[in-house]
Amino acid sequence: MSGPKFSFDKPNQYIGQNEIRSDTKKLLHGRGKFVDDLKLPRMLHAAFYRSPLPHAKIKSIDATQAKQHKGVIEVLSGKDLINIVKPYVGVLSHLAGLKSAPQMPMATDVALWQGEPIAMVIAQSRAIAEDALNLIEVDLEELEPIASTEAALSNLDQLIHPELKTNLAWERTVDIGDVDGIFNDPDNIIVERDFIFGRHTGVTLEARCTIANYDASTEELEIFYSGQAPHMMQYIYAKHLGLREERVRVISQDVGGAFGIKVHTYGDEIATAAASVLLGRPVKYVADRYESFVSDIHARDHTVKAKMAISKLGDLLAIDFDDVTGIGPYSMYPRTSAIEANQVLNLTGAPYVLPNYRANSKVVLQNKNMMCQYRAVGHPIAMAICDCLLDDAARKIHMDPVEIRRKNLMADDSYPRKSASGMQLDDLSHHQCLDKLIDLMNYEQLKSNRDKLRTSGVYRGIGFVSMVEVTNPSPMFYGVGGAPIASQDGATIRLDAGGAVHVASSITEQGQGTNAIMAQIAAGVFGVSLDRVHVTTGDTRITPYGGGTWASRGAGIGGEATLQAAKLLKGQVLDVASVMLQTSSKELDILDGNIVDADSLNIRMSLSDLARTVYYRGNELPSDLKPELVASHHYRVTDTPFVFTNGAMAAHVEVDIETGMVKILNFWAVEDCGRVINPMLVDEQIRGGVVQGIGSALYEECLYSEDGQLLNPTMADYLVPMASEMPNIIVGHVETPTKTSELGAKGAGEAGTGGAPAAIINAVNDALKPLSKSIWQIPITPDRLLTALNS
Amino acid sequence: MKNQENIELVVNGESLTRTVDHRRNLVDFIRYDLELTGTHVGCEHGVCGACTILVDGKPVRGCLMFAVQANGCEITTLEGIPTTGKAQKLREAFAKRNALQCGFCTPGMMTSALDYVQNDGDPSEDKIRKHLSGNYCRCTGYQSIIEAIQDVISEGA
Repeated sequence: MSGPKFSFDKPNQYIGQNEIRSDTKKLLHGRGKFVDDLKLPRMLHAAFYRSPLPHAKIKSIDATQAKQHKGVIEVLSGKDLINIVKPYVGVLSHLAGLKSAPQMPMATDVALWQGEPIAMVIAQSRAIAEDALNLIEVDLEELEPIASTEAALSNLDQLIHPELKTNLAWERTVDIGDVDGIFNDPDNIIVERDFIFGRHTGVTLEARCTIANYDASTEELEIFYSGQAPHMMQYIYAKHLGLREERVRVISQDVGGAFGIKVHTYGDEIATAAASVLLGRPVKYVADRYESFVSDIHARDHTVKAKMAISKLGDLLAIDFDDVTGIGPYSMYPRTSAIEANQVLNLTGAPYVLPNYRANSKVVLQNKNMMCQYRAVGHPIAMAICDCLLDDAARKIHMDPVEIRRKNLMADDSYPRKSASGMQLDDLSHHQCLDKLIDLMNYEQLKSNRDKLRTSGVYRGIGFVSMVEVTNPSPMFYGVGGAPIASQDGATIRLDAGGAVHVASSITEQGQGTNAIMAQIAAGVFGVSLDRVHVTTGDTRITPYGGGTWASRGAGIGGEATLQAAKLLKGQVLDVASVMLQTSSKELDILDGNIVDADSLNIRMSLSDLARTVYYRGNELPSDLKPELVASHHYRVTDTPFVFTNGAMAAHVEVDIETGMVKILNFWAVEDCGRVINPMLVDEQIRGGVVQGIGSALYEECLYSEDGQLLNPTMADYLVPMASEMPNIIVGHVETPTKTSELGAKGAGEAGTGGAPAAIINAVNDALKPLSKSIWQIPITPDRLLTALNS
Repeated sequence: MKNQENIELVVNGESLTRTVDHRRNLVDFIRYDLELTGTHVGCEHGVCGACTILVDGKPVRGCLMFAVQANGCEITTLEGIPTTGKAQKLREAFAKRNALQCGFCTPGMMTSALDYVQNDGDPSEDKIRKHLSGNYCRCTGYQSIIEAIQDVISEGA
């Protein structure tokens, strides 16, 4: 285990402690500030006319009647925005060859998915705006929809964007070692499966929402943003509305869940800002739940033909797969819709020694809602391909799934090293995590119970997954390809006259506890009690410049910036104290709000005494002492493209072979996210992630008809995991701090969502083993399971 | 045709008289007319539970009731849930267990949980999970919410 470079175990230290988040108070008293809670003077409300068809030519839009409706201020079509909004294209240069077409906030000539905005009404209230939507006459000519990826790839005379001359947006192949040689060797054991990973979506409980407030006198646009990346959106609003970047202020207060859904550019939000610019008044838009389902990005949607070869002794020899993923009619801006496929190729097999690896992924345009990055981008596909085939292969040679993992996981003392796909790996602990998992779950007892119950017709199964997760990304993730997405983050920390500390961080808060962990880091490193730290996040005018919260980067990147800024401020304060106390600063420390003698810890003066002297009575200081009492630090990962996290999880399920229902009996997760800043928050990140992963494995799917209509765009029809179906989830930690930072923290947010589907598939297939049946499609619905049982 | 109605009701202990559109649903009335934004809207068709409030002491989906139907009723929202007794213990237990992340489901969760603990709900995990099965939380994984409720029940026993 690589040791920390900084001692976190001194008094008034908060790193590693289960501190209660101060943000819980306002939220438990109904005093949160979510976007829809805000009401600005003269504020108007927008509602959108969305295409009812997945592919249609817009022949005409007649808004005469709608405009005359009482309370309606304006009706705008896609074409009305042509002179106001510069179109955007979701491509990045490091994803060579990625194609997409220019996109406008609302369709101008052809609507390309069911739910694409075509026109908007701006009115005195949302109800009036919705009334007026019914008065707009839109004449659409139905065009043949291209819904399935097979049709999109095979039918070259039907193109989503004729100018691209193809429906294949991007393709990448990885080919390492001698894959054919391994599969042609008759001595090797081969398993081959066709996986289907359904489309699902984020279902943030707070739907996407925005208020745009343009002041024509100052040419300033203020955006209240329910999202993850305020500085990215500042650039995007400025660029595409033709405003000066410094005159766009993006403010993100409380955000009701995000999970990657709220880190993209949505046409309805850009159109709302354009309407505010046109009208010079605040305009609010809040998606209703139908709109969320047809316009929030969808996730996954992969079909994968995959095979694995192992030796007779269980050595992993090769993986070979072809992945096809459908991304809707555009690559999403600005992160693109190719990153998911790229991650599938990068991450498959990454926990294991894998000498031969070939993979191809095709990213395909189609007439469905757009697909883009959602929590654990690409991870569930990568983890399932490898870990589910591994269990399949183990069954074939009658080897225990734990034994085959122990045999093939990279040794904990073998880092730094590279994965099969060339990813640089360091500070991982697969064996420690697996050992801890086995202890937690009491594996031997569980197996023996399972085997006993099988004799009485009860089908229980145990499934494992070992994971590698992308966290703390460097500029190599997005910035390198030209995206306006910061990989560095900053913290500014200052001491006020009362002796309290104020931290402004460019990381954002969506409930993970960003504000809480920044306070814990600052309080302990600087030397005040936790309740004397106030954290500000989510305002492009106030915080330092940075990327925000996504790809589990908040603690690792933003936390390190806060740690270093707190150290700088401490140095400044001790320099002032050493002059005031006529003592070397090395002999002083800061503890619980006081300057103390470093050795005896005797109090010499309070921080507020020091600060008030500096702020009010500078005459008492030597004139060449010019205290700042404010420090900033910015941090980015420079050593590696990503700082990988690892973990191991297991599911225990019971399958009812009469009804096809899967009941999750237990779930265990052991995660190594490096330095744990607040175990309670990390545990809840893991559990919440696991539940989202279980959702995709058993319940959640955006069901489309063959002609591209979303069939279940309501929360009554789209199933999400509720309390009654979920198990208790037991969480364990291994702590291997990353050497790339002093704090040593890696991300914890991707683990559960990335690994749970593979664990569930493996558990279900273990339960079906006595029946010699298996299933390779998620969600595993009762219907699909019964079909698999009857096959 | 008349499309408005006068209503009289008590909200968080305060007697109010208002004129509302017939089509105004109760949660929109509470959020936009009374500016009590602690109650949230998640799905608008009674599935997610974010808008759960107490009407005459019973948990009700604010999105499935019209404001005019609340005429003569006594309503409690998260802002009006007492800062004493079991209600406050529940708040403290939610904070201590980190039984909320983004906090958007919290008004409904707190209301459903309060209804459970005030009606001598059983401390068994299974029963609590069933009671909360109409409240969607995307962040926590539910376990911490269940543990918070168990804490309050065991403390009161």
